Amino acid sequence: MSLPKPEELARVSYQPPAKGWMEVKPEFRPGTYCNAAAPKWLEWIDYPFPRQWSVADEDWQLPANWKEIVLAGMEDRLARFRSLKLFFDICVRCGACADKCHFFLGTGDPKNMPVLRAELLRSVYKRYFTRIGKALGELVGARDLDEDVIKEWFFYLYQCTICRRCSLFCPYGIDMAEMTLLGREMLASVGLNIDWALASVAQCYEKGSHIGATPQALKDMMEFLAEENERITGIKTPVYLNRKGAEVLVVVPSGDYFADPGTYTFMGYLLLFTYIGLDYTFSTYAAEGGNFGWFVSHEMGKRLNAKIYEEAKRLKVKWILGGECGHMWRVCNQYMPTYYGEVPTFLEEPVSPITGTKFENAKVHRMVHISEFTADLIRHGKLNLDPQRNAHIKLTFHDSCNTARGMGIFEEPRYIIQHVLPEGHFFEMPPHTIREKTFCCGSSSGINANENMELRMQGGFARANALRYVHERYGVNHMGCICALDRATLPTLVQYWVPEVEITGITELVGNALVFEGELERTTDLRDRDLVGFGEQEGGEEEE
Amino acid sequence: MNFTQRHITVALAAVLGLIAVAYVGVQGNLQLLFGVVVPYLALLIFFEGIIYRVIKWARSPVPFKIPTTAGQVKSLPWIPRTLGDKLDNPENRLWVLGRMALEVLAFRSLFRNTRTELVPDPKFPEKARLVHWSYKWLWLGAIAFHYAFLIIVLRHLRFFFEPTPKPIALLGEIDGFLQFFIPTFYLTDIIIVLALLYLLGRRLANANLRYITLASDYFPLFLIFGIVSTGILMRYFFKTDITAVKQLIMGLVSLKPVIPAGISPLFYVHLFLVCVLLAYFPYSKLLHAPGVFLSPTRNLPGDNRWALHVNPWNYPVKFHPYMEYEDQFREAMYEAGIPVEKEPETAEVEGE
Repeated sequence: MSLPKPEELARVSYQPPAKGWMEVKPEFRPGTYCNAAAPKWLEWIDYPFPRQWSVADEDWQLPANWKEIVLAGMEDRLARFRSLKLFFDICVRCGACADKCHFFLGTGDPKNMPVLRAELLRSVYKRYFTRIGKALGELVGARDLDEDVIKEWFFYLYQCTICRRCSLFCPYGIDMAEMTLLGREMLASVGLNIDWALASVAQCYEKGSHIGATPQALKDMMEFLAEENERITGIKTPVYLNRKGAEVLVVVPSGDYFADPGTYTFMGYLLLFTYIGLDYTFSTYAAEGGNFGWFVSHEMGKRLNAKIYEEAKRLKVKWILGGECGHMWRVCNQYMPTYYGEVPTFLEEPVSPITGTKFENAKVHRMVHISEFTADLIRHGKLNLDPQRNAHIKLTFHDSCNTARGMGIFEEPRYIIQHVLPEGHFFEMPPHTIREKTFCCGSSSGINANENMELRMQGGFARANALRYVHERYGVNHMGCICALDRATLPTLVQYWVPEVEITGITELVGNALVFEGELERTTDLRDRDLVGFGEQEGGEEEE
Repeated sequence: MNFTQRHITVALAAVLGLIAVAYVGVQGNLQLLFGVVVPYLALLIFFEGIIYRVIKWARSPVPFKIPTTAGQVKSLPWIPRTLGDKLDNPENRLWVLGRMALEVLAFRSLFRNTRTELVPDPKFPEKARLVHWSYKWLWLGAIAFHYAFLIIVLRHLRFFFEPTPKPIALLGEIDGFLQFFIPTFYLTDIIIVLALLYLLGRRLANANLRYITLASDYFPLFLIFGIVSTGILMRYFFKTDITAVKQLIMGLVSLKPVIPAGISPLFYVHLFLVCVLLAYFPYSKLLHAPGVFLSPTRNLPGDNRWALHVNPWNYPVKFHPYMEYEDQFREAMYEAGIPVEKEPETAEVEGE
């Protein structure tokens, strides 16, 4: 599939169509949507109505009573989620959310304004669940549910990455993410799912991680990365798997041991754990920190998430350490303890074995974020770090939407950056594009497939454009993040928009900077790139 | 007629129709209906409707604690947190109170509003740049409208008490400190008119806003505009017998309704539009006023990791238990040296 040139894609028109939005039908153009889920994935996880169907087809082979199912599903969700009922009732359509959505900014499609995306669902609620909607119809934004409407839901609810930027600006805190999640649940109830998300969910459910690696393959991958560490640093960084009685269960997103550049972050984890002598274990069963299940339904989120506490219980660890991942932390922070339903008393309140710091903020949930953990180590002077080993990096930091607006972890990664980078090598992107106002990568929430690449590049335009700004202005050549989906999707995005920039995890930078006793003389970083001012390169760099 | 024209026309016609109904009715001596029956009915619908709606919302639980965290979360004690962080990512119910107060009284989230535009930039390879800037006009328009409305309502309380309470009288004096017009000219009158014009104007001027604006959005704007303009007309231009009006209202308040003579039809139109607003409130987007208090992204603390939130309908789900997983992969795990709960049978055989 050929992608338009950046210059063409950046010519976004924000002019809405002449016809009213209820009359405009979605156009399923290749490159803008994800493929329908293959029936086998649905069968693996007991999802309803598995069938072979295609988004491009006119007939989506909906079950005969699809309408009743969707409406009953809506009624059920209105009863179970105050958020849904409230968000349907109180929107005033002020439009403050409109130019906050990266999909609207990237596509110019008015149905990507969160207010109107919500209205796609709200219109059905009004028609079937409010008296005024039944009576006045279109005038109050109510409309009948028909196949075109359900197709529209499918199209636009998978053009929302659940990033919550709209909810930040909404005067009533209306959260499109909540409506997208519940809308996707309703779509799934009639067998409308996307393949990329469902394949990951099914693999994770059955085998342990989104990538579907068998335990032995997973071990090979991790050990390969440990060998890489030894080759580059001369330090053995043993990988522990399913080890009973370890103090800490480490759960990381599969992206970190599966593909570049996440793998360098994983190498950083191993180096860090070895350096401080952490008594830890990974698990091949709870091998996935990420949770694509939560992208398709609250229940599926729980079905995947449940494995983490189960495994912690089986391995008799004291607490859990979570890696760098965005939506993993949205789920672990805002859902996991509630999913579990009670305090996981088989764990202990987390205490850093190195510094003795009690993580009071995790005393109920008993899971610590790697950035908190590392920041605490640095604060107590437990790490010998040489920032010069990152001197080839001019960094900006991308706050991941989930850790930003679903948790609020802003300072810890910046504190780490400050200690692993030479002074003057860190540059923030424009203030309206970072921290709580950060822009999404444009490919989160299960839509990081290949067939919708044009949409992904549009969705990530706002992020990439801010990155372009700091690249032009300060010569930024790396964008750091604490999110594995970012590390999986941003390389593709920047390759398209800002090819001069690379993506890095924060623990990778820690791994670069860690000075071990008895290590090899370091001339390269974990990516085998020459360091500035070390070894042979010294002369050459100075000249320039 | 296109979408926008249709929705504006219907809303405008509705308001004009309501005005006509009241005017004609009063000309036809239906003072009792418009002066007594309708106001009582409207109040009933207003309160009953809001209570019904709030109960309806409250009956649905909040299964998950999902605040939109807009500042640094409370973590390690030495991690700096500003006052803004504490308010935008509250660590407990006390700070939530602060967040909600800011939201309700100062429109905190709207104050954060930005505007983003795509501008040409030849220096960028893609020849375009998104520019983001702080945009306070919507906040200003909204806050001006709501506070002017509030003060006007409070000023009207002088019709409901005999004698007029001191604070209400004082409020009227402050509002009317610009005494360049007789009778005293109220600042809030001009503010609310300007704010309404802005709120309507932005819906018409911006193509994307026009695209999402429904008759149910234009209607309350036109309705309130009708209320404001009839009020202003009555106060400054076509005066009505204010003593008689107070008599009518005191009659309603004391549940001994009277219809004094000498009240102009303009007043009845004004009153009728207010009644319509009250009755319309619980069935419309005006519910944002009570609704904001219940918004789960705002009224919950960001304390998920140290305070358990219980979901009342939490139910056990089917997941892949470890032993089933091990059964599936036991031999391969064993061979790869991954610890297992149960050694594979084949291994034992080999051992012998």
